[in-house]
Amino acid sequence: MRVTLTVNGAETTADVEPRLLLVHYLRDVLGLTGTHWGCDTSNCGACTVWLDGVPIKSCTTLAAMADGHEVRTVEGLASEDGLDPVQQGFVEEHGLQCGFCTPGMMMTARALLDRIPDPDEATIREAISGNLCRCTGYENIVRAIRWAARHEAERTSEEAAV
Amino acid sequence: MQVPAPFEYQRAGSVDEAIALLARSGGDARLVAGGHSLLPMMKLRLARPETLVDINGLSDLEYVKVDGDEIAIGAMTRHVGVLESAVLAEHYRIFAEAERVIADPLVRNRGTVGGSLCQADPSEDLSAVFAALKGRAVIRSASGTRSVDLRAFHLGPYETVVGDAEIVVEVRVPIRPHTGSAYEKVERRAGDWSVAAAGAFVQLRGDTIDDVGIGMTAVGAAHFTCEEAEDSLRGGPVSPEAIDEAARICGQRCNPSADQRGPVDYKRHLVSVLVARALTRSVARARGEAA
Repeated sequence: MRVTLTVNGAETTADVEPRLLLVHYLRDVLGLTGTHWGCDTSNCGACTVWLDGVPIKSCTTLAAMADGHEVRTVEGLASEDGLDPVQQGFVEEHGLQCGFCTPGMMMTARALLDRIPDPDEATIREAISGNLCRCTGYENIVRAIRWAARHEAERTSEEAAV
Repeated sequence: MQVPAPFEYQRAGSVDEAIALLARSGGDARLVAGGHSLLPMMKLRLARPETLVDINGLSDLEYVKVDGDEIAIGAMTRHVGVLESAVLAEHYRIFAEAERVIADPLVRNRGTVGGSLCQADPSEDLSAVFAALKGRAVIRSASGTRSVDLRAFHLGPYETVVGDAEIVVEVRVPIRPHTGSAYEKVERRAGDWSVAAAGAFVQLRGDTIDDVGIGMTAVGAAHFTCEEAEDSLRGGPVSPEAIDEAARICGQRCNPSADQRGPVDYKRHLVSVLVARALTRSVARARGEAA
């Protein structure tokens, strides 16, 4: 079947089998390997992408189900101005070790901050409870997301001052 | 790599179209909503439909609203919609308490109420919630609409009364004044299935229990409930002793299996503890106390 998905703002189209999972469409058809393919059982969250603005697990969504919809992946986080504050936060606070969970973590974190700009630690931990990290013990990931929240708040107040 | 076996993919633009597509496939088709139960089953070949009918476009089935003296929940309502519903928070706190411990936020963004019920997993949480609240499912077919008590909805694990060419469109729960409700679940780790879970509502008239509902999941309780325990409470005065007795009956009458989540005697004990907690908090909430 022919599917057409908008991925990171660009229209993509391909002939696919109905059983093709969204994660494999992104990685194998489009070559967007930033989205990681982990447990295959909707547990680990490494494959987290946005579907119509909502973070979901792309190993448990068919490419066919995303036909006609908008997908955003980790490749779509940075803008012309540079890294997204969430990405910068992971750099500043050493929010990763092996990096496998990082793209999914960042997509979940970006969605969280869009909804709740100043989340407390408990809210962050709840939000990322569907993204498993086996390296960091989550401490630095939480700090990275807090860094992004602080940074965005400062930037917003600076912009308001101007 | 886990991928489903090949199938034909169809999209339904309306409930009628979904029913027509199901009817045309003669029992070899399945509806897919969030897909977070069905797609994993298909990857493991535990389900192997020849046709998938995608109903994610049926956004008119995504709502939570007061309708007369009931709350109506559309079958396509995502778990996150139940978790964050102001209507449900006002009338039944059991919903948010159960939803907060269903899978994880990403899964809750996708999974649906109708899908959860139709999957009929014996450890599923909303089945216990709706059993406790004595809700009913509204089921549509080409010939019309019927309504089934949620306590008669499940025929057994992974089996429901929903026919091959039928679709659950709505779940309804009666609104009850002077009522509190609560949910208690023990899981091994965040996002896991229950070791055991119990939910309840208590409706008070003064210090008398006017009506009560108890739901349980993951412990082999018939129809996700225990009417004997409910009967022991209904019409009687509220007391810790009465709650403990009802909780004891629940622990005794359920039928848990020993598995990696624990032995049978532990699960029975856990059921009694969780039922007592859910009832106690329901009573406090019915009285308007913090709980």
